[in-house]
Amino acid sequence: MLEVRNLHAKIGEKEILKGIDLVIKDGETHAIMGPNGSGKSTLSAVLVGNPLYEVTGGEAIFNGKNLLEMKPEERAHEGLFLSFQYPVEIPGVSMANFMKAAINEKRKFQGLEPMNAAEFLKLMREKRKVVELDSKLANRSVNEGFSGGEKKRNEIFQMAMLEPKLSILDETDSGLDVDAMRIVAEGVNKLQTPETSCIVITHYDRLLEMIKPQFVHVLYQGRIVKTGGPELAQEIQEHGYDWIKEEIGAE
Amino acid sequence: MNSEAQYIELYEQARQLIFAHAPESMNAVRDQAFEDFRRLGFPSKKVERYKYTDMQKLFEPDYGVNLSRLPIPVDPYQAFRCDVPNLSTSLYFMVNDSFYDRDKAQTPKDERIPQGPLPKGVVIGSMSEILALNDDLSHRLASYYARLAKTSDDAITALNTMLAQDGLLVYVPKNVKVDRAIQVINILKATPQNAQRQVPDMMVNRRVLIVLEEGAELKMLFCDHAADDKNFLATQVIEAYVGENASLDLYCLEETHNKNVRVSNVYIDQQRNSRVNHDVITLHNGVTRNRLDLTFSGEGAECTCYGCVIADKHQHVDNNTLITHHAPHCTSQELYKYVLDEQAVGAFAGRVLVEHGAQKTTSQMTNQNLTATKEARMFTQPMLEIYADDVKCAHGSTVGQLNDAALFYMRQRGIMLDEAKLLLQNAFVGEVIDKIQLTPLRDRLHYLVEKRFRGELNKCAGCKLCK
Repeated sequence: MLEVRNLHAKIGEKEILKGIDLVIKDGETHAIMGPNGSGKSTLSAVLVGNPLYEVTGGEAIFNGKNLLEMKPEERAHEGLFLSFQYPVEIPGVSMANFMKAAINEKRKFQGLEPMNAAEFLKLMREKRKVVELDSKLANRSVNEGFSGGEKKRNEIFQMAMLEPKLSILDETDSGLDVDAMRIVAEGVNKLQTPETSCIVITHYDRLLEMIKPQFVHVLYQGRIVKTGGPELAQEIQEHGYDWIKEEIGAE
Repeated sequence: MNSEAQYIELYEQARQLIFAHAPESMNAVRDQAFEDFRRLGFPSKKVERYKYTDMQKLFEPDYGVNLSRLPIPVDPYQAFRCDVPNLSTSLYFMVNDSFYDRDKAQTPKDERIPQGPLPKGVVIGSMSEILALNDDLSHRLASYYARLAKTSDDAITALNTMLAQDGLLVYVPKNVKVDRAIQVINILKATPQNAQRQVPDMMVNRRVLIVLEEGAELKMLFCDHAADDKNFLATQVIEAYVGENASLDLYCLEETHNKNVRVSNVYIDQQRNSRVNHDVITLHNGVTRNRLDLTFSGEGAECTCYGCVIADKHQHVDNNTLITHHAPHCTSQELYKYVLDEQAVGAFAGRVLVEHGAQKTTSQMTNQNLTATKEARMFTQPMLEIYADDVKCAHGSTVGQLNDAALFYMRQRGIMLDEAKLLLQNAFVGEVIDKIQLTPLRDRLHYLVEKRFRGELNKCAGCKLCK
């Protein structure tokens, strides 16, 4: 699915990623944890092609294609999806128009005709139920006036609509109450197939107990410094990161 | 540079001709307008209300003026299909500055767009013909002519008054509600069909007078189009008197070409508890300067004024508004939005004047602008002038670019950059379009605006004469 080798990236003059190596196979779920400022969000931003970041070295191959040469929209068409840590409000653009544009651009890329209105509305209805959003969703402006929980559920709704191959959830659990987190986690689990993969960026073990990754990576100072199974997340939850920092001999 | 010289000369030489082809009541104010024009001259950019549009330069070229009222044979039904069709409106045409007599059309009656019946007592027609009738009503209407549009303080209004010979007159009697919107299509046309020789560029001076008696209701839509490729300079003066408890919706939609100059001065007077909604939409143009002067003469009146501008290439759009709160307890609201691309220039100067004694005034003015390139220029000047001490007034303006975070968010969902921009621009002006109360017009404009942003509206679509 995804192979990242020795990836370096900076924002402005500040180097943030200092050689990331990560291999994700079909059907796998990986968690990425790490203290604040270690580069987790930068990694997700670089993978989806956020123009604020500059890649200074390394490569990322996505299903055999060089991800770093593609425009953000092309990466999306190839099946890459980011659930934003801070979903953007777009006043005046309805969710229906927004999703219709996204779906039809993807269909165009796949050589399919645009979806007709009835089909599209049916799809919206079906998918919003995955994250328990109500029927007003279609006419609301994208994320405008949404509560924190609604914004995150809306991200997973879009994921359900677009059926990506690889989803990156960037702190999708932050700011969620217990119920909202359950809805999000169940939503994500429903969308998992043996052909799709997922990267979950989080600070907390709670979401991981529900989503159950096979691999947990610790990102620190721009590098993956430790990789383990689900038990690693529990250890971090109990003991924090200091023991890992000591282990690798960091300051 | 004295661009006014040629117009002064024209008037002095052609005065008799002008008088001969116009009704007495229009002639009555003509000499005074001429004196005012000669005194004022075209405003330089030092004149506050004209600082963003250079009138001297616009009026400098040599234009032909059809003073002897030679008919320009055109059958609007054949030549023209407006971009705002099927509105269930009552449809009228003005060819240049003349009211178009439908009976002259060669198109058989049953093939014409139906006009729709008018309620009893409502008058719509040629200003020169109605004012020449010499009956009680025409005398009464004549007394309104050039009363709001003072020639003493605006050179363009003076020029228009000095040269205008015809136009449109609309009268709605007391408590009469005109349910079906009145749509007037202004067609600019210099070249007669099958013309044998070259015709000059053309100046037209259009005049509109709207009188709503107490409790009357009217919705009007003006669509401006240029039907051939000549350079046009069109001045327009619209005067609207809105009586007590009366209601006027006045929509002005411009969709002309890059060689078109439009200078429009709109004057509105509102009596007690009246209501006005004015929308001015510039979809495609050359140089446009719209002035709006609205005065609350009676208590408890309210107005909403909206503007929407989409400009690119070297297009220039200048909206200048003055809302005068003379009476207390009135409410005014203004929202103007511009999207400027390439080298387009936009200007908005809005002034709200709350006079001494106009207590309990509520007024809000907002101007928001998007500039898509570094070369696009926006000048914005919201002004409040308050002489009463118990009022609620706000004004503000912004100039900015499309939100990068929103663009990236959309691209991450697979929406191509151009399409994402289009969605954002559409949403931006959509706020103004959504305020339009005439539902079919609103739907149509959403469609036209999107077409415009896609670059598919270079000329008035549907017009057979524009190629």
